[in-house]
Amino acid sequence: MTAAAPHAGPDLVKTPGPPAASPPPRDRRALRRFLPRFLPLTPALALLLVFLAGPIAYCVLIAFTDLQLTGQAEESFVGLDNFRRAFRDDAFLNAVWLTLVFTVVSALVGQNTLGLALAALMQRASKPVRTLTGGVVVTAWVLPEVVAGFLLYAFFRREGTLNAVLDWLHLPSQNWLFTLPVLAVSFANVWRGTAFSMLVYSAALNEIPKEITEAAEVDGASGWRRMWHVTLPMIRRSIGTTLMLNTLQTLSVFGLIWVMTRGGPGGKSQTLPLFMYEQAFQNSLIGYGTAVALLLLLVGSLFSLLYMRLLRTEV
Amino acid sequence: MSPSTRSLSSRRTARRLAADAGLLVVAVAFLLPLAWVVLSAVDPHAGLRVKTPDGVTLEHFDAILTDEITFTPLLNSLVLCGGATALTVVCAALAAYPLSRYRSRLNRPFLLTILFATSLPITAIMVPVYALFVRVNLIDTMQGTIFFFAASQLPFAVWLMKNFMDGVPKELEEAAWTDGASSFQSLARIVLPLMGPGVAVVTVFSFVMMWGNFFVPFMLLLSPDLMPASVSINDFFGNRGMVAYGQLAAFSIVYSTPVILLYVLISRRLGAGFALGGAVKG
Repeated sequence: MTAAAPHAGPDLVKTPGPPAASPPPRDRRALRRFLPRFLPLTPALALLLVFLAGPIAYCVLIAFTDLQLTGQAEESFVGLDNFRRAFRDDAFLNAVWLTLVFTVVSALVGQNTLGLALAALMQRASKPVRTLTGGVVVTAWVLPEVVAGFLLYAFFRREGTLNAVLDWLHLPSQNWLFTLPVLAVSFANVWRGTAFSMLVYSAALNEIPKEITEAAEVDGASGWRRMWHVTLPMIRRSIGTTLMLNTLQTLSVFGLIWVMTRGGPGGKSQTLPLFMYEQAFQNSLIGYGTAVALLLLLVGSLFSLLYMRLLRTEV
Repeated sequence: MSPSTRSLSSRRTARRLAADAGLLVVAVAFLLPLAWVVLSAVDPHAGLRVKTPDGVTLEHFDAILTDEITFTPLLNSLVLCGGATALTVVCAALAAYPLSRYRSRLNRPFLLTILFATSLPITAIMVPVYALFVRVNLIDTMQGTIFFFAASQLPFAVWLMKNFMDGVPKELEEAAWTDGASSFQSLARIVLPLMGPGVAVVTVFSFVMMWGNFFVPFMLLLSPDLMPASVSINDFFGNRGMVAYGQLAAFSIVYSTPVILLYVLISRRLGAGFALGGAVKG
């Protein structure tokens, strides 16, 4: 299951009222009131600082060292070497490219478009069909990541279901996990992640007042035109947040690909998380692996900031 | 009925049929991989493709329902995810209370940081977490993994919990405050009981996320006897020689059932409009 979108409450992004005015002489009293009130925050704060902020800081630190997995007395500071090395490393550039393909095909195009199409069709479909389809798609989403990986491994294998269906249709079959692994894992991610987009878009479409679409219909606007000129502009904020969250979820997919292909064959489905793992553990280069992780984290942070920007304009 | 409305309604019927057909095609495509796991689990000669089983058997379930293959990993999952969920929910409820009830200049920056953290790719920090855990001797321990799980789930839990708490009217507590109740008392006695469904959602959501998580225990635990089901399931490929697809399918079903049931439980309880992702209204 993917992370749900936390854009539940718009309250946060509201600018708070005038800051509690506390002139200097009353500062100490304000502090005395403040401390017990905000005491309950401490366990969460401690946990977040030690186990989340700590590793992130550590990540920044060791990305600039040559730390290795095995028996090295003292790691040393190597400046930007890890990053220079990455940008000269064909395997790294390959992983960047595959991550881009994987994200664009599965998150931006696949999950998003299919999710929107399903939500739009559900508005018109009869109830039993709607319930059935929704149930199946959501089940794929709720399944643990590794189980989804196995199901799709079986589906795409040479002797698997997809080829059986293709044979039956008299279409050429092939060994998908070998010839087009990145496409196979992208489809797997679409299978697993579409439910999220579908749910968000369904909620968004339900909020469009009926009068608006009906008016357009009576005016004789065709289905596509209504979709393009009326519906899409009205749900553009949901589209923004969905794109962003799909991207963030897809950037951190590891288990699904690991189970299906291990990143292979020959690195043909090795996205950045798998590349990072291989460098750090198979090649024992923790420093180098962490440098790659830091780049991934930076890209993720960028999208995360963009996402917050989108939420802000929503209010 | 004027001709134009009649043609409108017949157009609508045609459109409904087209929509039904479109949805059914997608449903079948999504169903195929799911059908494989269900059919293979009871097929005595399970392979990799969807086919009518050659009879129905429970032998695969029989074969996997042993301590080593199923019960120990599931128990590990339960300890890991249960412990981390409890920690997450308690910390999130405590943290959400002042954030929801009191005004301070720090609320906004804090909440923005939390929101930012909800969408960070946790996968990216697993290598440094591993290195850090080796250094502080938390590697291969249940408690270390529980702490990390809780911390990684906490931003979203705090965010969700605060939003649910904002929905509980403040007036009820104000009475308690004048009677001298501490914020801890009013949280435990008044607010939490009133937001039962909200707490349930945060709890179930955290648990489901962790139950399905593979990468965190895969990185932070090393001993085979500590492995939760999400990692041990890979043994069907590696260590046990030939892949027994029937057993793999049976294990997948046993391992996935709890989260599917939990999902059904909360999505029912909160009505159709609220799917987990829909916590979320856009």
